[in-house]
Amino acid sequence: MSINPDDIFAFSPQHRLQWEEAQQKDVILYPEGMVELNQSSVEILKMCDGSRNLQQIVHDLEQKFGTTGLKDDIIQFLEIALQNGWIERTTN
Amino acid sequence: MAGSNAPQISPPRWLLAELTYSCPLQCPYCSNPIDYSQYPEELDTGEWQRVLSQARKMGAVQLGFSGGEPLTRKDLPELVSHASDLGYYSNLITSGYGLNEEKIVQLQQAGLDHIQVSIQASTQELNDHLAGTESYQHKKKVAHLVKKHGYPMVLCVVIHRENIHQMQQILEMAIELEADYLELANTQYYGWAHLNRDLLLPTREQFLEAEAIAQRYKKRLAGKMKIYYVVPDYYEDRPKACMNGWGTTFLTIAPDGTALPCHSARSLPGLDCPNVRDYSIAEIWNESRAFNFFRGTEWMKEPCRSCDEKRKDFGGCRCQAYLLTGDMYNADPVCSKSPQHQVIEEAIAAARRSAEQTEAPLIFRNSRKSRELSGGK
Repeated sequence: MSINPDDIFAFSPQHRLQWEEAQQKDVILYPEGMVELNQSSVEILKMCDGSRNLQQIVHDLEQKFGTTGLKDDIIQFLEIALQNGWIERTTN
Repeated sequence: MAGSNAPQISPPRWLLAELTYSCPLQCPYCSNPIDYSQYPEELDTGEWQRVLSQARKMGAVQLGFSGGEPLTRKDLPELVSHASDLGYYSNLITSGYGLNEEKIVQLQQAGLDHIQVSIQASTQELNDHLAGTESYQHKKKVAHLVKKHGYPMVLCVVIHRENIHQMQQILEMAIELEADYLELANTQYYGWAHLNRDLLLPTREQFLEAEAIAQRYKKRLAGKMKIYYVVPDYYEDRPKACMNGWGTTFLTIAPDGTALPCHSARSLPGLDCPNVRDYSIAEIWNESRAFNFFRGTEWMKEPCRSCDEKRKDFGGCRCQAYLLTGDMYNADPVCSKSPQHQVIEEAIAAARRSAEQTEAPLIFRNSRKSRELSGGK
């Protein structure tokens, strides 16, 4: 599932991203399932708000955390998220 | 209770709220206890709200409203609304009977997240026969309405010898109804299903053929429809990791308020399952005898005790061990390492004989039969 530079990403309306106080973790909820997320996955998913493409997500996250070289990790996670239906893409 | 070897207790994540045993359907594989008619008293609205609040505080987040048919509870929208305020991800597990567009909208406004509709078969004749009720056309209509209102659509079909030959048509029906999720649940043989096992258990050939079809569709539909295939454990070499381990993840509350580590745990002797009318969910989960009974691995006998897979499947299902071997500490007999494994082979042989003969009638799940089978009370 390759990622096109023009793809805009949005969190799936059929899933729910939610902070769980008891677990001190963000989770994705969907029928019959729950996925516990680590901090970097949550940061990427929060960027999938229907306004950013890959380049913008990479740029905004690198700026937020004052670092570089995140692109490959972000691509890898977006591919997993697409495969699992956690996010959707539209082409601009 | 907690000694130094006591396993660490993880909080509940999934709460199954069995609101009622009332149901207009009479499915002969119902997972409710055979003697359900002996527990007519139901928790009231306030009691359910307290249970939901307490379990949520401990960390439960996936919530199933089940039964019986949960739609027979007049206070369902009120309970859904309370669950939504608490941040649960809530699911209505329904036969669809009694559901119409107005109610679907009302429940959505109350905050319900998804609806799981069960269909018994891919044809009207067989569906209505199995359900003991004319319900097929209405169920299909309900499935369309669920979809129309934007819920994730989860279709559930319980698989057994009477409908396993329809596997392909069932999958095609799910595509036609635009299901987002399809649960193909091979019957688990407890309670009513155990009573009817000779008539419901497919032969190995039937099971293998149906599974191959399901796996083919699963591959083809990847990304469009998620298929959950619940394996029939009688044909497996190893037992299921029942409930993800006793008292680790799942909490079931029966209609009368009895708290259960799994929905058939009431059948186990001497467990003394606590009631939410007497104890808080935290007391029940952390301290009760029932929820600590099979936590960890200390309780195990051989061959489980020295088995290198004991942390993978936890020795299988306690209810199945008790039901089929008479000792709830035994390995689940579906395991090929179990010294009692022959009971499974005998069951498979008995079902095959029954499949080759003219059949005795199925026993349908209803209150009259339940009273008869629990001693005529």
